[in-house]
Amino acid sequence: MNGVVGHAATLSALLLAAFGAVAAYLGGLRRDARYVTAAQRAGVGVFALVALAFATMERALITHDFSVSYVAQVGSRATPLFYTVISLWSALEGSILLWALILSVYTALLALWSRRHNAPGAGVDPYLPYALGTLLCVNIFFLLLISWPANPFRPMSPIPPDGPGPNALLQNSPFMGVHPPLLYTGYVGMSVPFALATGALLAGRLNPDWPKLIRRWTLVPWTFLSLGIVAGAWWSYEVLGWGGYWAWDPVENASFMPWLTATAFLHSVMVQERRGMLKTWTITLIVSTFLLTVLGTFLTRSGVLASVHAFTQSPIGPFFLTFLGLVLLGSLTLLAWRSDALSSEGRFDAALSRESAFMVNNLLFAAFAFVVLLGTMFPLIAEAARGVKVSVGGPYFNQMSVPVALMLVFLAGVGPALPWRKGSLELIRGKFRWPTIVALAVGAALAAAGVRAPLAWLTFVLAVFSAGLLVIEFAGPTSARHRTTGESWVVALWRVCASNRRRYGGYVVHAGILVLAVGVASSATFRREREWTLTRGAVEQLGRYQVRLDSVWAVHEPNRDGVIAATTVSVGGRVLARLNPRLNYYKSAMEPIGTPAVRESLREDVYLVLLAYTADGTHATIKAIASPLVAWIWLGGGIVGLGALFALWPSAGGAPRRDPMPELGRPRSRPVSEARV
Amino acid sequence: MIWNARRVSVAIGGGVVALVFAYLVWGGIGNNLVYFLTPTELLAKGSSVYGTSVRLGGIVQEGSIRWDADTRELRFRLGDENDHTVEVLSTGVPPQMFNGGIGAVVEGVWTPNGVFQCHNLMVKHSNEYRAPMPGTKPAEYYRQLFRKQQS
Repeated sequence: MNGVVGHAATLSALLLAAFGAVAAYLGGLRRDARYVTAAQRAGVGVFALVALAFATMERALITHDFSVSYVAQVGSRATPLFYTVISLWSALEGSILLWALILSVYTALLALWSRRHNAPGAGVDPYLPYALGTLLCVNIFFLLLISWPANPFRPMSPIPPDGPGPNALLQNSPFMGVHPPLLYTGYVGMSVPFALATGALLAGRLNPDWPKLIRRWTLVPWTFLSLGIVAGAWWSYEVLGWGGYWAWDPVENASFMPWLTATAFLHSVMVQERRGMLKTWTITLIVSTFLLTVLGTFLTRSGVLASVHAFTQSPIGPFFLTFLGLVLLGSLTLLAWRSDALSSEGRFDAALSRESAFMVNNLLFAAFAFVVLLGTMFPLIAEAARGVKVSVGGPYFNQMSVPVALMLVFLAGVGPALPWRKGSLELIRGKFRWPTIVALAVGAALAAAGVRAPLAWLTFVLAVFSAGLLVIEFAGPTSARHRTTGESWVVALWRVCASNRRRYGGYVVHAGILVLAVGVASSATFRREREWTLTRGAVEQLGRYQVRLDSVWAVHEPNRDGVIAATTVSVGGRVLARLNPRLNYYKSAMEPIGTPAVRESLREDVYLVLLAYTADGTHATIKAIASPLVAWIWLGGGIVGLGALFALWPSAGGAPRRDPMPELGRPRSRPVSEARV
Repeated sequence: MIWNARRVSVAIGGGVVALVFAYLVWGGIGNNLVYFLTPTELLAKGSSVYGTSVRLGGIVQEGSIRWDADTRELRFRLGDENDHTVEVLSTGVPPQMFNGGIGAVVEGVWTPNGVFQCHNLMVKHSNEYRAPMPGTKPAEYYRQLFRKQQS
């Protein structure tokens, strides 16, 4: 029953999406509001049907309906409810269903939102219908996948009495309930700016409000993607038991590459908005972002690259390749066809300006994305060209990305400090003086305290320097406001930030990135690791920590069996934490899967992994890792999220924007749209 | 398009930067390649892969495991379906389920004295469910400990 309902819902959604896409394109072409309205309704309808399919799958999972193929694949009566619910995205078919759901949410949002923009009698601006049509085409592709090659609702015969349960790694941490949905919401959401970009290209012009609009629609998925990546790193740290958080695994790279190009886009679109420049580049970036999400899904979901995240070999590879090829070809054709609409209106006035900082930023992000792309794709190239199986080691990625990342840390402070158009040396000298002095003082103090790692030292100094510049960006207007209005410092700071949410939200994001960079540099450079086989009661030393093995015992849980090594971590005789690293035995995994135990603190994490034990419970082998400042990474990720949320939050009704520059460079064709953001 | 001096110099400068960048990327990849080989392939390549990073995958041969707790040296032979085996030397305690017959991947270098020097030993993880094969007892250790605790 569940299977029939689910499959019927996906098939109807597919048909409705196809109808909606045709109606949207026709509506744009003929400028007929009736078609457009039909397409908008279809967009909302697709969401309703996909939501029905999703809910049906959840019901099948929760009620252990093993007549549905996907439930037979990932379900198990012994799995706790929470893990049963999230097991929907524990394998290929279900993860594409989640993908389709999120995509349909975005589609419905775009449909409802664009509805406000073609009120009866206002005429049809073809660009939004074209965008909706494109987004519905993306829906068609994913619905096609879950209707046929990756159909999760296939009937089972005979119906098995029980299933193996989800992937053991997924069952091992509640974080799997958070990380994939966050990441998908970001990843899938990049389809919307892509649709808006192609919509504008199809319509043959960029409205003046286009940059602002597309920036908003990109910032939402960007925020989710950023949080999803950091949550994924945290998951890797808390679950995989190697004490690290980033391994340049193909799937990590697949999520990181679109983040890099989307970040570059968010910056270049500001240059476009301000100066009418870099239009082709900006559109190329957003198209690349979407292409990279499709490529990433292909790489990780087709089994061509080995990875912790890769699912089974599946027949969907050729579908993705075809889709990728079509999107690439279509976008290139569109870009070439509409190149006249994308000519630049402004030009660079000075090397020392906000624009040039943005340019360097964009080149760095693009180079970064290229480095990661090449390293990720190289195994495929090598296998095709020379028939050898290789992987590109982590050192390649580190060597190439560290210098780029350092320059970006530097620009995170310098960019905001430079004025648009032309900066003067006096202004820069004035602004840079104190941050430089403070950064050098911190650098000297670090060197005196014994920091000998040059790259980590440089990261700390540059981060302090950029942070200083950011503080000035906040402090300058705040103190001016405090002086002129007499408001208290806190109120003045809040009012300044609220007067230009986009700008100050952006600076908070920069600050979060600086905190994150310090965490990465410190935990990667100063991590200490030891491995001991401890007898019960024995104590070993890692840095200032004493680790004592108290006991080894076994537990029995419904979905798994576990062995726990109870330990006490103390510093100078004072008990710091009792940590219980464990090994878990799942029905669906041949080997035990560990759960590390971590004592987190802002200063330093102590991380214990149970590697082995003797069957009589007298000995346990434990790996202990101390990572200084690793928690700053999660903290930085949180700050990034807060900053982005602040930037996205709608300003209070028509508050005056503190935008001293008038909008420069009008597009040549007159805008028809009444759209407002 | 006007080809003034400024444009030309920007183009040349950009080209040089792009070339240097491409050179760095290519060299960076070349120096950091890890080859995935089976014991048969490794032995066939012989001396040509001494010192290169290799990820060697195979089955841990029954009865070949020697663990020296004092020197913390683990020696075993990794074999494949063609009955070719390679001696592996690793340091550090073997993982919990490490025993004969299990699939393992070792990362390290092949040395002229015929020993594969391993710096990273991974028991093959599989996401897919397989019914336990006869002879493999995944949770045997756990059961012993649990029984002991119960009694």
